[in-house]
Parts: sequence; structure tokens; C-alpha cells
Amino acid sequence: MKVFLMYPDRDLRLGQDLPPNEADLTSDLELNVLLRAMANADKFLFSVARLGLHSGLTHLEEIAYRQHVLADCIARPGVVDDLYDIAIEAISAERKIPGWILFRDSPESIVHRTQQLLKLYVDAFRRLRGVADAHAAGFRSQGFTRFFAMIAKELSDEYLAEVDAHVGELAFRRGTLLSAELGEGNKGTGYVVQRQPEQSWRERIAGRGRNKSAYTFTVAERDEAGMRTLSELTSRGLVGTASALGQSADHIRSFFEMLRAELGFYLGCLNLRERLIAKGQPVCFPDPVGPAPASAEHTRLSARGLYDACLALSLDERAAVGNDVTADGRQLIMITGANHGGKSTFLRSVGLAQLMMQAGMFVAAESFSASVSSGIFTHFKREEDATMEKGKLDEELDRMSAIVGQIKAGCLLLCNESFASTNEREGSEIARQILRALTEAGIRIIFVTHMYDLAGRQYATHDPAVLFLRAERRPDGQRTFRLLPGEPLPTSYGEDLYQQVFGSARTQARV
Amino acid sequence: MTAAAFGSILFDHPSGAGERDDPSMFGDLNLDQVFAAVAAGRDEYELMPVFRSPLREVRAVEYRHEILRDLEGTALSGAMTQFADGMREMRAHLVRVSKLRNRYQKERWFLDAARVYCQAVAALADTLAAVELGSRGFIAFRQYLASYTRSAGFTGLTADLARVTGLLGEVRYCVNIRGNQVKVTRYEGESDYGAQVQQTFAKFAENPVKDYRVDFRDWPDMHYVEERILGFVARLFPDAFRALDEFRTRHARYLDKTIWAFDREVQFYVAYLNFIAPMKAAGLEFCYPAVSADAKQIKAIGSFDLALAAKLMPRADVVVRNDFYLAGPERIVVVSGPNHGGKTTFARMFGQLHYLASLGFPVPGREASLFLPDRVFTHFEREEDLTTLRGKFEDELLRIRDVLDQATRDSVLIMNESFASTTLRDALFVGERVLDQMTALGLLGVYVTFVDELASLNEACVSMVATVVADNPAERTYELVRKAADGLAYAAAIAGKYGLTYRQLKDRLAS
Repeated sequence: MKVFLMYPDRDLRLGQDLPPNEADLTSDLELNVLLRAMANADKFLFSVARLGLHSGLTHLEEIAYRQHVLADCIARPGVVDDLYDIAIEAISAERKIPGWILFRDSPESIVHRTQQLLKLYVDAFRRLRGVADAHAAGFRSQGFTRFFAMIAKELSDEYLAEVDAHVGELAFRRGTLLSAELGEGNKGTGYVVQRQPEQSWRERIAGRGRNKSAYTFTVAERDEAGMRTLSELTSRGLVGTASALGQSADHIRSFFEMLRAELGFYLGCLNLRERLIAKGQPVCFPDPVGPAPASAEHTRLSARGLYDACLALSLDERAAVGNDVTADGRQLIMITGANHGGKSTFLRSVGLAQLMMQAGMFVAAESFSASVSSGIFTHFKREEDATMEKGKLDEELDRMSAIVGQIKAGCLLLCNESFASTNEREGSEIARQILRALTEAGIRIIFVTHMYDLAGRQYATHDPAVLFLRAERRPDGQRTFRLLPGEPLPTSYGEDLYQQVFGSARTQARV
Repeated sequence: MTAAAFGSILFDHPSGAGERDDPSMFGDLNLDQVFAAVAAGRDEYELMPVFRSPLREVRAVEYRHEILRDLEGTALSGAMTQFADGMREMRAHLVRVSKLRNRYQKERWFLDAARVYCQAVAALADTLAAVELGSRGFIAFRQYLASYTRSAGFTGLTADLARVTGLLGEVRYCVNIRGNQVKVTRYEGESDYGAQVQQTFAKFAENPVKDYRVDFRDWPDMHYVEERILGFVARLFPDAFRALDEFRTRHARYLDKTIWAFDREVQFYVAYLNFIAPMKAAGLEFCYPAVSADAKQIKAIGSFDLALAAKLMPRADVVVRNDFYLAGPERIVVVSGPNHGGKTTFARMFGQLHYLASLGFPVPGREASLFLPDRVFTHFEREEDLTTLRGKFEDELLRIRDVLDQATRDSVLIMNESFASTTLRDALFVGERVLDQMTALGLLGVYVTFVDELASLNEACVSMVATVVADNPAERTYELVRKAADGLAYAAAIAGKYGLTYRQLKDRLAS
């Protein structure tokens, strides 16, 4: 039985590795802010949200599959909560059974405890059936439709009765019947518990046909060694049954764990959506374009009101500023302009929207349409390396080298003031060569830079595949945190900032 | 029908050798380590007495060489291992027969012992019949085995075995345990419970889960409850158990004396070949030496200390190989040179080679011609023995006197750093006297000493010197070469390294 709410044809693999650049993405895009909003203080939700966020779906059908399941969740959050609760309760069922923690134990105790566990699982099955019977009709997505149909079919009344029968028989009220043969030294071996067909009282009275020749004896109750031998024989016979039972219980538990994990991702999405809507921020289902483009002409990126969801979540009162961008057919977007003008924020908002889109989530925008990417990479300016093992430029080059080791055509690379750790001439030359090589290899790049030597010379080539955006500054020096198309300017606005910081400080000092 | 006669796989004719006891020699040459390693895990064969019985006759040695050459063929060596394993298993079964109390258990283990014996003997006979044999020993044994396996005794044994084993194998029964009540019946097609459980929950089995199967330790003995069950099983299957009773009585003395002896004796060869196999695999060479009971013109090429090599495995490259030869009237190798230069190792190697050759074993080296000595004596430097209340020098003199009293012209004597505890003058004096006596006896020997003068005492003495690496005298090669002893050569080399030779000092002092 498969849950299949995350993928049409496979499970969410809980133990799977996150992408190798996950740590960089997390710190550069401040993903933990987003994940905390999804988790709502629940560690488990945090981990499935993270796993889901890094899905990196590239097939449009897979993205649509999740979008539809998520749309169902948004429409009927109560039912999703019910299903999630059933899963949680089933998973914690074993904690209600005494002595469960002892993982290695005698076959008898495994059988005994599993029998009790199965009782609780049957309850969970019945509740699942109840939800399916009551609400299946209201769900439209392919994912939920399949899921509820499966519950109705696999957990039918007949099946539940069959499990009930096992629960009853596994109490072994009529003793255990073992088959055996002669092993080494004529010692009994190959003990296997046999099912004792239930006899009706009529059969019992009739003595059931042929008279089997049988020998019986009784072990004295106080004969401890004798009783121990009997229990050991029983144990040997129960090994196979215990193993089958233990494994069956594990399998059932895995089913509920998968249900919890897959629903957990959608619950996380609901949490996030609620937070953003409460802040008055728009969200929308994005419109992905595929396949991942290997050249400028197939590249799509356009958005209205695109904002950084993480920034929006961190701001107490102000709303995050949304940007509009039209960059279809552009392989390289070069962003220049004022400090604190919203360049990094824009870069992050594109990265986040791209990640969320390829996780099947909604995005933080009024509308968003983009080519899917075969991988998202970030190369952001870093604070001083705490280990002090390398110089800053070494560190940057080392990171870029690691990225180059993984990146390929159709990937998206977000650079934030890369190679600014050296002088502009050197930095520009390094960056120029890297940009040229990577774009020629079919990689999309958004590059935030102060280096006029780099941006200005790039602008002069008038390459139609390159879009130049500039952080807006009003004539009065005010920043709007909006980016507009515009050529790079030779001076930056650092002076303004300097004034702002040192000017006021100096004034205060004089007082 | 009686089988053809067969003597021994160890000796070409009865009483080929007598056991000797030279405890100090085994220890001094590290042969005790070698034989302990060779016999490791083979205590039951009592090989030590054979290791202590060297041969003096060339044809007895050649009888063993032939057998060893046959055994080096893969077909035969595999068959020997299999045969030995079978016989060992059989003995283990017989030990159980003697230890267990229950009649049916004893009888069944006895049956198994006979089964294993028959299989081992038949398999060995088959292999011997199929392989090409060159040794007198194996050819004679093959004849013996062929007639034995055709004898009425053996064929009757195997036929009875098959019949009784078949009857017992068909026994299948059921034990119903309910509290302290036990009921034993014949098995009549009941069905495995574990399989049914697995079937019910198969729909959940998506991923592999942990195995709940526990292992039970198996003891050969049975608790009396099991004995009672077995007793009832015997009553439920009277034919099978009657046949078992009869087998025990009819075949009480199934084991053949000659085969029993062969099983032990052949281990002498198998053990040694197994011991040297990893060394050969690592690239060390062994050879069958040409042996003589009278010619003392001996030689060995590429030989090494077997005990040391075994310890150094698997690194064959660090095992130092040495050559030596004695021509014409030469009888004694006088070894001198720097400390830790491989002198003692050489001395041991010389003694080991002669002893191993007289056991009929292949010896370390690419090529060897060796003498079959009547005894191998050693005179190694000893820790002072406080219980004798004698000085070390005195003790050494007493020991060499004993040796020279017993040694004959056919002995080998290894002297290692003898008389090192005394003054150079005394050591020279005693050394000359002892060497003279050795020379007078005409025995073969090695004399390791720091006294250079002894190296050229007479025409029986040959000087060999431990060498050092030319430009780094601190490093030894552990190779010994035939050349005149010259303690000054080493001193000059080590001085040169520190710029302290005469020329160097002249030059340095001149500036």
C-alpha cells in the first residue's frame, strides 16, 4: 500500500540525502526562516518541509500533481488534519504496549506484543476507512482520489475481518501446535508453529473423523526445567511466525509513517500560507515552463509582485516590497545599483520562488512563471571565514570550484557580489571568464555586483541574452527597494549610506 | 575378503627413525616456533614425535619427497583436507556417542559418525583412483583403499547406512503444547502459521525491514522432556527406530586401523605444506634439497630463516635471502660483522635447513644440497643462570664440552656469539681451541663471533661477513657475503658519514 501524495509513482524517501549544496542554499537564501514558518515549532514537520522544499521537481506533471494535492488541502484543511492525527496515533501505538522498547526478545513476547499492536492498527484502519468513506467525494486531485480509492479497496470489511481473526488466534488459547522432524542426534528440529483450524463444537463432539494415535504426558507445574524446555520448544516454533508478525507490524507502521511524512509536507505548506496571508502578502501557484532550458532563447522568467518570503516573515509591520520582472530569453541577469537597494533581496526572492515552484508549492508573488532548472546554486559573498584557514579570495574560488564540479546545463546560479574580495580589476577578470564559460555551457545566471568594470563592459557588448537591472534610487536619494531595467552606473551609492551612518553618528557625538 | 597390506605413509620401511630430544636446539634455532605453527590446530594428530624423528637415510627422505610432490597437486591436497575434515567430524560424533545418555541419541550420532566416515573414505578412494600418482607411498595406499572399499564389510556398511538414514528422514511429527500438557502425534499436513500471517499483511510489505528471527543455540543433549517426546516419536515410527537399533549392534567396529593411522600420519605433510603455502604465495621460494648421508659439500641459494619469514608474512620483500656453500675441505662458516647485521639469523637458517631436510621437508631457498646429520647441536649465548652458581664463561665452557663429547663427524654444530662475555684474548684463545676440535671431528658448523682472527684459522674455516649499505653504514642489508673479515671496514664507513675519516679530518683541519 502506497501513500503517493508527494509523487504520482513513488514514495518520499525520508532517509535520502539532501542535495550537496543544501547548506549553501540554506544560509544564502535563509531557508530556515521559511522552514520554521512551515514547521510551526514541530521538528518532524521541519524535516519533511526541508526534504520537500529540496525536491527539485523538473517534470511539469509532477509539479502539477503536488499543486493539485496542495489545492485540495487548502480547500479541506480539516480532513487533512484528521488523516494526520490518525497517522500520528497509529505510529505511537507501540508506546502504549508495555516493554516494547526491548528490541531483541523471545519470539513469544514478540508475538504477544505484536498481537496487541495489531489490535490498535486495526482501529486505525477503521478510522482511515471512516474518513475515506465520508470525504473522498470532496477531493479532486489525482493524488487524493487515488489514495482514498486505495483505502476503500485494501482496507475492505472482509480484510479487516481477516486481521481480526489473526488477532484472535494469535492469543493461542488452544495451545501451540508445532511440527518437527528429527535433526542431528535425533533431537527434534525444524519446529514450526502450525495453524490449528478452529473446530466447531460439533466437530469436537464427533471426535473429528479419524482417530489419530497420540501420546500425551504432563509436566509437573513445579518442574521448572521441564516448563522451561516446553517454552523453549514453543519459542523455536514461533520464530517464523514472530518474524512474519514483527515485520508485518513494521510494514504497517511504515505505511503510517509515510502517510505522516507526506501529509506533513502539505501541512507545512498550509502553515506557511496562513502566515503570509495573515501579513497581507499575496501567494500564487506558479506557472512552470519546461524543460530546463539549455540556451537563452528557451529561458523564461517573469513575475509580478515577487517578494522574498523569508524577509516578509521577518518583518514585523512593513510589507515586503514586490518586484516585477520580465526576463524571458535572458540567460544572464546582471543587477547593479545602490547599496541596500534590494538587490540581494531580489536575488533571494528569485531563488526561493524557483525552489518552491519546483517543490510543487505556491510562491511568494502575485504571479510567477519560470523555466524549471536542473539545479539551483548560490555563490554569495560570505562573512569572514571563521576557521581562517584560507584567504577570502581562496575561499571564494574554492567554493566556485566546488559548484563548477556539480553544475550543468539548465541549472540556475545566483551570485551575490562574487569575487568582490579582491580588487575590482582582478575580480572582474575572474568573474568575466567564469560568466562566459558558464553561460556558454547553458547555465542561467543572476549576478549581483558592484564591479563596474565587469558590468559596464558587459553592457557595452549589447548581448540580447543579458538583462541589466538596477536598484532604484529616487532623485532625493530615497530607496524604493525596487529593481528596474537600467544600465550599470559607474558610481555606486555608498556615499549615501556613508552619510546616513556616519553623518548622524557624528552629529550625535557633537551634542 | 581381506584388503591388501599397507605399511605407513611416513616411512618406506618399518622403524625408519628414532625419536630424539634436543630441547635447547629446538629453542635456539626457533624450530620450536616453526613446529608449533605447523602443528597448530592439529593437536589430535600428535605430530610432535614425528618432528623429533629426523631421518638419516637418503631413500627414506626421498620417500617423503615423492609423497610431498604428489600432495602439492591441487586435486590431492583438496582431497586430503576433505578427508581430514570428515575424519575429524566423525571423531567429534563419536565423542558425543560416549557422552550422551539417551539411547536413541547415542545411536543416531553413531550412525552419523559411520556416515561421515563412509563418505570421507569413498571420496578419498575416488580421488586417488582418478589422479596420477608418482609416490611409492600413495600408490600403495591407493591399492589398499581400492580393495578396502570393495570389501563386503565396507559395502554392507554403506548399504545399511542409506536405508536407516532414509527411514529416519521421513519422520515428521507434531507436538501440541498447552500449558503443561504435551501431546505427540504424527504430522498430517497442518499449515505453517508464519506463512499465513505474511500473506495477510503482504500488501504493506514495501520496504525491507529488520529481521526478527532469533538464533537459538543448539546443544547436543536433550532435556528429559525432549527425551520423552523422542520416546513417543519412536513409538509412532517403530520401523525406523528398530532399524537404528540394529545398525548400532551390527557395525560397532566399523573403523579400519590402517585408515585411522593414515589419517594421522598424512597430516605431517599436509600441515607443513599448509604452513609454507602463504609464504610461497607471497613469493618466497622453497625447494626439495638434494640430500646426502656422506658428502659435506653443501650449498643453499636464496635461503632464509623460516621462523622469521613466517612472522614477517605477508611481506615477502622484507625477508632477507642468503646464499652459502662449502666446497672441498671447507666445513665451518665463521660469521663476523656489525651488530644486528643478520648473523644470528644466518646461523639459525643454517641449522634449520639441515634439520628440515632430515625430516624430508622442502626447505627455504631456490636450490639446496644438504647433508643428513646424525644430530644438530647448538651453543648459543645464554642468560646467566643464577641457580648453578657458576660464571657465565664457565657455564659456556661446560656446555661446549658436553656438545663436543656427543658430537660426531656427522653432526652439525651452530655456535652463536659464544664466549662473548669474556675478553678478546680469552675469546680468541678458546675459540681457536674449539674450532680446532670441530675441525678435527670434521663436522659441519657455523661459528658466529666478533673475533676476526678466527675467520681464517684453518682451511676448514670460511669467512662470511654481514654487510652494510655502502653510503649509509647505519643501515644493514642483513646479507652475508663470503669475504675476509675486516672489522675496520665498517668503522671507516661509519666515520666517513660523520666526516671523521683521516682524509676528511685532514681536509677539515687544513682549512
